[in-house]
Amino acid sequence: MQKETFLLPIIDIENLGLDAGAHLLIKYGLREIPPGGQLRVVGSSPGWEAQLSAWCRAQGHDVSMLQQDGHLVATVIRGDADTGRWHSALHAGRSNAELTGAVADKALSSWGLAARGATVEAGAPDIHFRLNRKDEIWADTAAVLYAQAVTAQWNPSTAIDWNEPFDLPAVVEDAVAQLMTYLIENEVAALVVPARFLGQLHPHFREIQALLAIQVADEARHIEVFTRRLHLKGREPALSTAGGQASLKTLLDESDFSVAGFLLSVLGEGTFVSLLNFLHVHAPDPVTRQIARLTARDEARHVAFGMSHLLWRLQQEPQFRTRLANAVQSRNDALANTAGLNEEVFDALILIAAGKFTPQAIAAGYIRVQQLIVDMAEGRRIRLERLGFEKEDALHLAALHTRNFM
Amino acid sequence: MVKPLLMGAVAYAPKVVTIWEGFKEYFRRHDFEFDYILYSNYERQVEAQFDGSIDLAWNSPLAWVRADRMARARNLEAHALAMRDTDRDLSSVLVVRSDSRAGTTGELSALAGQVIGFGALDSPQANLIPRDHLRNRGLLAGRDYTAQRFDELGGKHGDHIGGERAAALALMAGEIGAVWMIDGNYLAFSREGILPAGATRIVARSGSYDHCNFTAISGISAASGEMAARFTELLLAMNWQNTQVRPLLELEGLKAWLPGRTSGYDLLIRAVDDEKFYDAEGNIFATDYRY
Repeated sequence: MQKETFLLPIIDIENLGLDAGAHLLIKYGLREIPPGGQLRVVGSSPGWEAQLSAWCRAQGHDVSMLQQDGHLVATVIRGDADTGRWHSALHAGRSNAELTGAVADKALSSWGLAARGATVEAGAPDIHFRLNRKDEIWADTAAVLYAQAVTAQWNPSTAIDWNEPFDLPAVVEDAVAQLMTYLIENEVAALVVPARFLGQLHPHFREIQALLAIQVADEARHIEVFTRRLHLKGREPALSTAGGQASLKTLLDESDFSVAGFLLSVLGEGTFVSLLNFLHVHAPDPVTRQIARLTARDEARHVAFGMSHLLWRLQQEPQFRTRLANAVQSRNDALANTAGLNEEVFDALILIAAGKFTPQAIAAGYIRVQQLIVDMAEGRRIRLERLGFEKEDALHLAALHTRNFM
Repeated sequence: MVKPLLMGAVAYAPKVVTIWEGFKEYFRRHDFEFDYILYSNYERQVEAQFDGSIDLAWNSPLAWVRADRMARARNLEAHALAMRDTDRDLSSVLVVRSDSRAGTTGELSALAGQVIGFGALDSPQANLIPRDHLRNRGLLAGRDYTAQRFDELGGKHGDHIGGERAAALALMAGEIGAVWMIDGNYLAFSREGILPAGATRIVARSGSYDHCNFTAISGISAASGEMAARFTELLLAMNWQNTQVRPLLELEGLKAWLPGRTSGYDLLIRAVDDEKFYDAEGNIFATDYRY
């Protein structure tokens, strides 16, 4: 297609018109020469010279026509408009996060929605995202956790055997309905909190964006399965308490990504992992046990992200630990006048762990729930110590966590 | 307050407001007071320049021809201050479907007896110059072929490409045998899919002609003096690499402003006379012209 004749490169577009794609041959030919350089073009489709003139005019190239050996030869002089457009263009980091300088410390609003690593034309509109600093959102493990999350997605319709037969005493089934009501409410908070941050996060931080998005999808699925379990034996949602909602609202009100992640994921969802593991072992029916196993696995991943982000942030900013401690204290103060875990949920847990409505079964259920509360606090203490809190502080903060669990 | 340089422009599409507001902003950044008045058609705009309502007019080529004739009739002189790079050396093409009997470029006899589509009556590129082209090759409307006009927005001098688009659609629908359009629109309609790749063929091409320019009339208001010079200077300084300016240039369809030239209007001048559109003093001849 391209051959050297005399000194100027020449392109033969043959019988291809510029109304049929011939401009690509010319465009790529022009890329090989600098602005001001010349390219000769010949063709044979009817009126190709009129098309070429129109195209060059629109693209900012000069063109002249000459008869040579009975054939029309066009000479195109490359203009500088195409390079001019990319003059002072911005480079938005690099796509592969593992490369040096790939993820910027601060993502610019002028990068807008461009893929990380793209060349962004100067003059594109500014799009403001509140969360635009790497230190306030990043975790090196995000890409790996996202990949794990994608692999671990499950279909509620097939992953759980909803038809497995069981029959619980009415009072225990009522307790399951109450617990599901409580779980749904908590999972709504766990959906809304990352969803709100997701909309404020600069898309430059693609790995974090993806992880938050799949976390939101996880929670939507959890809400679905808890609702289906609630309906399975014909029950409707039960009670929702003011204290429970007040506790969850403090999570929604937290505007700092790290602090919210600390309260929601490390402390709240971490505590929920204990609760779900407890249900996996002690729930009185096979469907609830299956649900608990699958949801606990997802929640553990959310905790892992929260931990990973906080470890990263504390590494950059060790004094941030004080802010986290204060956040637990203030949340405790804010909730001092609320009832904490509602009595109905506490009782429901005992009945679920008992499985039967007999004094002996209730006695066993009560002991199991007591042990659960201890295990939950212990789990929080261990995670706090992993975040670098001294043992005493960790113990103190673990105990201050909301009695509502989440 | 300094009296601004007043420019007239024709509101052929809503984007015209965006364009001139942007220019106003640009001139103001350079301490040059500029304002614009929009007209619904070029005829009123040309007349307004002679009653002193505007200092300067962003004229279509046909409006330039009329302004030039009106100036001469008044012993005044019209000047083309500046034009777009894309205003130079345009051509119009006559397009047929690939299966047409019409031969290759220049051989038009096969079009005899056919219906040929034209743009608006006042369109230089899709009516006046094309008719002139055929006339000079011995083909007259009504005698050798039937002319069908695709009129859209009279008085806009064909700036609104709706007429050309409707004609292209009629060609593909088999309603007409050939159609005239500006060369750039041929590529644009191909990108839009109106003219499928390979489905059409160019059988004739007009000579080259120039398009719009900023017209000033010496002896009338501010535009003939220093202000016109400063206006032109600032215009020519608009740089495609400047991100504040580039969106305006893109909207107006140019990469760079060039000094005005009047050598590219001969073809249209001949067409205006042959088609009896304006008389030598710039009076409107055409009787079926509505604007």
